[in-house]
Amino acid sequence: MDALIDASLKALHLLFSGDMALWEIVGISFRVSLLALLIATPPAVLLAFVLAYGNFPGRRLIIALFSTLLSVPTVVIGLTLYLILSRQGPLGEWHLLFTQNAMIIGQIALAFPMLVSIGHSALQAADRRAWETARTLGASHLRALLTIIYEVRFGLLAAVLASFGRIISEVGASMMLGGNILHHTRNIPTAIALETSKGEFAQGIALGMVLLVMAATLNVLLHHFQGKGFVGS
Amino acid sequence: MKKLLSTLLLASAFLCGVVYADDKPANMTLKMATTTSTENSGLLTDLLPKFEKESGYSIQVIAVGTGKALKMGEDGDVDVVLVHAPAAEKEFVEKGYGDKRYPVMYNDFIVLGPDADPAGVRDTKTAPESFAKIAEKQAIFISRGDDSGTDKKEKQLWETAGIKPAGDWYREAGQGMGKVIQMAGELEGYTLADRGTWLAGVDKSPLKIVHEGDKDLFNPYGVIAVSQTRYPDINHTGAQAFIDWIVSAKGQQAIADFKINGTPLFTPNADKPATAK
Repeated sequence: MDALIDASLKALHLLFSGDMALWEIVGISFRVSLLALLIATPPAVLLAFVLAYGNFPGRRLIIALFSTLLSVPTVVIGLTLYLILSRQGPLGEWHLLFTQNAMIIGQIALAFPMLVSIGHSALQAADRRAWETARTLGASHLRALLTIIYEVRFGLLAAVLASFGRIISEVGASMMLGGNILHHTRNIPTAIALETSKGEFAQGIALGMVLLVMAATLNVLLHHFQGKGFVGS
Repeated sequence: MKKLLSTLLLASAFLCGVVYADDKPANMTLKMATTTSTENSGLLTDLLPKFEKESGYSIQVIAVGTGKALKMGEDGDVDVVLVHAPAAEKEFVEKGYGDKRYPVMYNDFIVLGPDADPAGVRDTKTAPESFAKIAEKQAIFISRGDDSGTDKKEKQLWETAGIKPAGDWYREAGQGMGKVIQMAGELEGYTLADRGTWLAGVDKSPLKIVHEGDKDLFNPYGVIAVSQTRYPDINHTGAQAFIDWIVSAKGQQAIADFKINGTPLFTPNADKPATAK
């Protein structure tokens, strides 16, 4: 117990003493995950919409496929992309392995199925008549789409936040694709793995705390946006 | 939604601009795969800034087991490797993946165990003998099990001892050196460790050195530039600049100067065979 308290106290000290190395790692983590999310969200929402509103053969299969992808371990995604991005792989020419861009690609691959799956559930729950009404009232396809998205914004927001939670905290793909390079690809989870392996538990806990505080902030933000998001009459 | 999106956009724009400014041209950046022992011991943190300052190169370190580090070199995913498994390094060069192995430094392996030493390893004279004792008493032994340089050495010692380690007492962790030392500490078991990682974390471990100092435990490190013939677009000039620096008097002195609690972790030995290009 003493060890835990001791490590936590040291962690707090690290956090508030403006330890640059630590904050740099935090910055890399957020940059990579936010960019991945920004890139993945628009196409994922569009696909989720097509899956919810379109009627074409194979639709159910695609939905099942994306739900299955949710269970793929992050290291498997990491390994697959590693083999693709390695100099020996099909995209080796691009020299992406062990860069932040490789991590972003990995996190997009992780976030995408979750965005589609949860996004699809949210869009599916919307009233189809909203779409029809919008169209009847002369809205363009795009305008009608935006209307639907607005209708189910809380569900989509939940999809985005859940995906963010998955990618900001995953260690497998980031470790394989980024290589845990100091100043470049060392993010919060890979740094925690490294510090733990060295027995530097305080540093690990400090980073864990940052992650938790950020997650809490995001959730408070969600509740703020949801505002009066209760079931009223 | 719009508000949230713009908040997200703003936040990421901020992060991109503020946090990350990697404006070094590609040919001044160098990727090195190395072992967890050089990174976990703190040697590279001490050494590399000196090299970067003198040469202008920026060096990115990927710390993994020796087996994996060499694989990264074979695949051309890094420019230079700094590892410790002479047999595997020789093969690496012979197969044409690397140009030439330069000796850099050495330290030694040690057998760690609980202070009580239930297997009586302290009475043994050689490392294979110690291992035989551990196997005989079925004392817990934590193996790296990750094809690292230390792992290769451990397997070789079991072979010399004529033992195929197996059973509940022999546990393969599949983790880095620091982690394995922690595990051996928690489980009151034995393990083989490199002295560098041990010294760096000695104050956090309940283990003691139970066997050391025989020639079986010699642990040399070598540096190899990945072959430019095989990978023309690799940063070979940078790799060679790093090699030239680390085997130079300055680099070697920096290795000798690296100490933890007054104890040097590595002994430089680049001067033995010819190092000229």
